[in-house]
Amino acid sequence: MAAHKIKHALFCALITLIISYPILGLNLEAQGINVTLSGADAGTLMLVFLAAVLVFLFQLFRDHIMGKVRALPFLQPSQREAMAENKRARIESWVITGIVVLALFWPFFVSRGAVDLATLVLIYIMLGLGLNVVVGLAGLLDLGYVAFYAVGAYTFALLSQYVGISFWMSLPIGACLAALFGLVLGFPVLRLRGDYLAIVTLGFGEIIRILLNNWTSLTGGPNGIGGIPEPTLFGMEFGRRVKGEGNTSFHETFGIAYSSEHKVIFLYLIALLLAVFTALVIRRLMRMPVGRAWEALREDEIAARSLGLSRTAVKLSAFTIGAFFAGFAGTVFASKQGFISPESFVFLESAIVLAIVVLGGMGSQIGVILAATAVTILPELAREFSEYRMLVFGAAMVLMMIWRPQGLMPMRRMHIELKGQE
Amino acid sequence: MQDLLYFSQQLINGLTIGSTYALIAIGYTMVYGIIGMINFAHGEIYMIGAYTALIAITGLATLGITWLPLVLIVALICAMIVASSMGWAVERVAYRPVRGKHRLIPLISAIGMSIFLQNYVHLAQGSRNIGFPALIQGGFLFGSPDTFQMSLSYMQITIFITTLICMSALTLFISRSRIGRACRAVSQDLGMANLLGIDTNRIISATFVIGAALAAVAGLLLGMYYGSIDPLFGFIAGLKAFTAAVLGGIGSIPGAMLGGLILGVAESLTSGYLSGEYKDVVSFSLLILILLFKPTGLLGKPEVEKI
Repeated sequence: MAAHKIKHALFCALITLIISYPILGLNLEAQGINVTLSGADAGTLMLVFLAAVLVFLFQLFRDHIMGKVRALPFLQPSQREAMAENKRARIESWVITGIVVLALFWPFFVSRGAVDLATLVLIYIMLGLGLNVVVGLAGLLDLGYVAFYAVGAYTFALLSQYVGISFWMSLPIGACLAALFGLVLGFPVLRLRGDYLAIVTLGFGEIIRILLNNWTSLTGGPNGIGGIPEPTLFGMEFGRRVKGEGNTSFHETFGIAYSSEHKVIFLYLIALLLAVFTALVIRRLMRMPVGRAWEALREDEIAARSLGLSRTAVKLSAFTIGAFFAGFAGTVFASKQGFISPESFVFLESAIVLAIVVLGGMGSQIGVILAATAVTILPELAREFSEYRMLVFGAAMVLMMIWRPQGLMPMRRMHIELKGQE
Repeated sequence: MQDLLYFSQQLINGLTIGSTYALIAIGYTMVYGIIGMINFAHGEIYMIGAYTALIAITGLATLGITWLPLVLIVALICAMIVASSMGWAVERVAYRPVRGKHRLIPLISAIGMSIFLQNYVHLAQGSRNIGFPALIQGGFLFGSPDTFQMSLSYMQITIFITTLICMSALTLFISRSRIGRACRAVSQDLGMANLLGIDTNRIISATFVIGAALAAVAGLLLGMYYGSIDPLFGFIAGLKAFTAAVLGGIGSIPGAMLGGLILGVAESLTSGYLSGEYKDVVSFSLLILILLFKPTGLLGKPEVEKI
């Protein structure tokens, strides 16, 4: 038995060496057309060796270590009585109201960069909440979600460039157009099984990106579209000089000094408003028959269908609503950046939003909001580690699926408990 | 005559690319046939194979060894060893613990693994694309030089021959060897195979190793054919190969070969007659259309949904 274990541990250590040494230890360097090979520094080699030793030791004492880990107290399922449902809901709604009020006043006291970052967080929250409907509630894995985001962003950019439409007009148009795309794409593909659906949506996302990249006469191709106008407040602009006809400028109307911060804060407040709107609408939908139908279909398709739910209609509604909010987020994004190009809508972006939903806990709104905040802010805080961001993302997705597929804050079902009869 | 030459040129280019797609597609189709999951990280394994091959070639050149057959064989063996180990490790770390759970969980785990591997190579080797030396040069030319000349390069011939050898070896291995028989048994009924004394975990590992080794061969061939590699080039190739596997009928090995060839030709005809930029659009549209109208592919068996 022991000999067998040592053999296995040695094998694992050897594999670790094979997969890490050539890639980490030997660096290819391109000098003109010549490629040369140079060994990595001693530190990296030590790390590779250390990793192999660690794997060896872990495999050798695997049963022992895993037994210890399982016995750790905080991994045990909690025995505590769950808080009463209505009390929990009340506390939750107070906390959320508090956070929203705080978020409302917060930008006036911090730096411009922080507000800008917070706007980005809110955009990701919108995307996460929208994808949460599709992946978390309806159980449809959509890997091309970024396509709808792109539709929203490009709708605003193109309309403002060719027709001169303002942000507020474009917001519903962009969202509805994205929803239309979702409907048109969803109609044929939703009868596919889960993993096929994932690949088809991935292909669709790539097609949209390639089209945006190559339809140079309309979209400007890889150069993108610039000069996208900022939103206005009842016809008041936030620039130093008024650009649009019939508009006035914000600082002149109120007789205050011009500050470039007004614009950033205003955009932040719009994003906050839309994010809260998104969260509220989806929260309502979750409790409506259609929301319950999403979950029913996710849990057991055959049972749900035999109870008379239309599979296509239910899935299509989830897909369309998800796309709608992506269009929202896209419009805000285009307005925030002032410039968009196909570079912003690559598959990685879909993967990040998916990671947000997965890390937060599929179906859980609070979880998604927390995950969106963490995923956007953490790389900014640890800038020197920011190149490891995607590496950590990938590893976190794998580890979450192994240990906690339900996410950090799993969704709590609405349910009613029967009191035991004494 | 000239049109015919042009068409044949596109056909040859398409078959070249298509045969490497077929090599990668085998990995998807075998894994899907046995455990019913899409190994999303397979494209990255192919990319790692290409990187290892380039490292081996450069290392040999530094040592002063330039005898072509030796260089190619050493590079091939290195790439196959590293990629297979990677395939084995990926299955062990990311897929085995989630096997048998809800369909989406292994898929998300695989996407995470794919992102992880992409960035692993990106961090270790840099994100710039690196030139792959054209070791096999020259070829045959047909047609008169003042109109259109069709070329069939030695590189393309090498790709055909290598693919042919790999496919024949795989077919023999699956149909004759003990592990191959076990593979077929497991893909028909995993539980029953387990009851009959087949170590299914070992067979699943073997599937990943075989798929990864073939992907590494494709990595070396395509790296030399295209002339440069970067950490992201596995993603699109993986997607294309998956399309090929679906086109031929996922789960079927001859299907993957056929699907790869058809996809390669379709792509090359698009870039030859329409525009090179839209060749990816054509292959993804092809994928969507097949999945919609014939989800079982050309040679696949229909899947019966059990209640």
